[in-house]
Amino acid sequence: MRFLMMTTDDGSDGGAPDEKMMAEMGAFIEELTRAGSLLATGGLEPDGVRIKSEGGKVTVTDGPFTEAKEAVVGFALVETRTREEAIELSKRFYSIVGDGQGVIKQVFGPGDPFPGQ
Amino acid sequence: MTDTETGARTGTHRAIDAVWRLESARIIAGLARLVRDVGLAEELAQDALVTALEQWPESGVPENPGAWLMAVGKRRAIDRIRRDQTLERKLEEIGHRLETADESAEDFAAVLEDEPIEDDILRLVFTACHPVLPTPSRVALTLRMLGGLATDEIARAFLVPETTVAQRIVRAKRTLAEAGVPFEVPAGEERAGRLSSVLEVIYLIFNEGYAATAGDDWVRTDLCQEALRLGRLLAGLAPGEAEVHGLVALMEIQASRTRARTGPKGEPVQILDQNRGLWDQLLIRRGYAALLRAEKAASPPGPPGPYVLQAAIAVCHAQARTAEETDWERIATLYGILAQRAPSPVVELNRAVAVGMAHGPEKGLEVVDALRGEPSLKSYHLLPSVRGDLLYKLGRFAEARAEFERAASLTRNGPEQVVLQERAAAAAEQASGEQSAERA
Repeated sequence: MRFLMMTTDDGSDGGAPDEKMMAEMGAFIEELTRAGSLLATGGLEPDGVRIKSEGGKVTVTDGPFTEAKEAVVGFALVETRTREEAIELSKRFYSIVGDGQGVIKQVFGPGDPFPGQ
Repeated sequence: MTDTETGARTGTHRAIDAVWRLESARIIAGLARLVRDVGLAEELAQDALVTALEQWPESGVPENPGAWLMAVGKRRAIDRIRRDQTLERKLEEIGHRLETADESAEDFAAVLEDEPIEDDILRLVFTACHPVLPTPSRVALTLRMLGGLATDEIARAFLVPETTVAQRIVRAKRTLAEAGVPFEVPAGEERAGRLSSVLEVIYLIFNEGYAATAGDDWVRTDLCQEALRLGRLLAGLAPGEAEVHGLVALMEIQASRTRARTGPKGEPVQILDQNRGLWDQLLIRRGYAALLRAEKAASPPGPPGPYVLQAAIAVCHAQARTAEETDWERIATLYGILAQRAPSPVVELNRAVAVGMAHGPEKGLEVVDALRGEPSLKSYHLLPSVRGDLLYKLGRFAEARAEFERAASLTRNGPEQVVLQERAAAAAEQASGEQSAERA
């Protein structure tokens, strides 16, 4: 099962990550990569470009946007055997980074049965 | 008990289950370092799990659940060593000693903390896959100790009774103890042979999931994922072994086709008929990367091993954007090298398919016909299946029909049987069409 773990910007400023945290995070990422559970990870620029399609017309808007809260600022695509394993990995992530919040969602590929079907 | 309490309990149990699956290999490996007996280490780890199941629903899941389980396991290990004179003597012989009677478990364990746990996990892999054990036991022990799977899960995955798996595990532990199998990574000349035993176990687990030998599900994805996980883990632990990367590359690319190789009714879809848009590009890229690592690991470059060769063949398919673009010539050549390197009737049968595609069905049939009468393929359904396909392409429909029918009677996989019966029926129709054309 694949899960996308997203960290959202909750407005809290945790300050710059210190060296110890960076080292711990590096080791954690390496461990997950080696175990094959981490498929991809990255940070996201705060604003980006907003795109909207309406009545056949596509509008593109550049940031910054006022409602920056809840914006996804980082992600990790993981492969685990169960949802609980993904949650467990996420807990370990937050035990390293400290305060913050995020969302975990299962990723479905083409041909996968969608929940409720 | 209220509903909320029940919910919290099952929630905790599910969390414990997840922690166990993630951490059990490390815990068992760490405990085996202490007691030098993987069977005992596994029992101690199970004891720690039972303690967690008793305490966590009340106390909540601790901050660092893996370390908690390890600490409990170690305490049990020390108790056990103290109680068991023979075990203590055995450990003293290899230089482990409890200095004073009141030395705490933590002090003792700390002495052994210098080495990274990864080395222990690698030792655990080699021990669980030791050739002294029969193959089904190696598989069961590996899934149990490195995958954290429960006995009933292994039993369900392999469609055997739970008691059979339980017995296999008990006997395997006893065999390892009686044979005095050391908890170590083999070195020197022994290493290559032992490594191929490990790779065989992992690929067997993968294949049981990929092409289930029996039952109604064509693909049991869970087993594939477990094998992939084990392979990736092993590649991280033994990065210098080209064949490990080769096996991982092979499994990544085969797994990339999981969605495409089953039709809407659960029937198998042959690679040339698959919708390549359903191939998982992420896994394909991981496969390419693993094969590159295999090439880098092979220094000095020697002749590629069987897994690297099979991965190279899998890559040929992955690189073809359409079935027509497949480089069958290269695949046939790679199978030729593989047949020399690791001769087997199954490889030869695969070569026949590739030769048939590269140089025409007649040439393919020559390779297949050399295999008829091969005792190990006597009840292998793919022999008549491949032969039927080549005969069909040559327009020898009556013979093709007989081969497909034979293949259908040999397979134990339900959906596959249906496909073969349909092919037999199609061949029969062509054959009768010919007859009526002749009569007219």
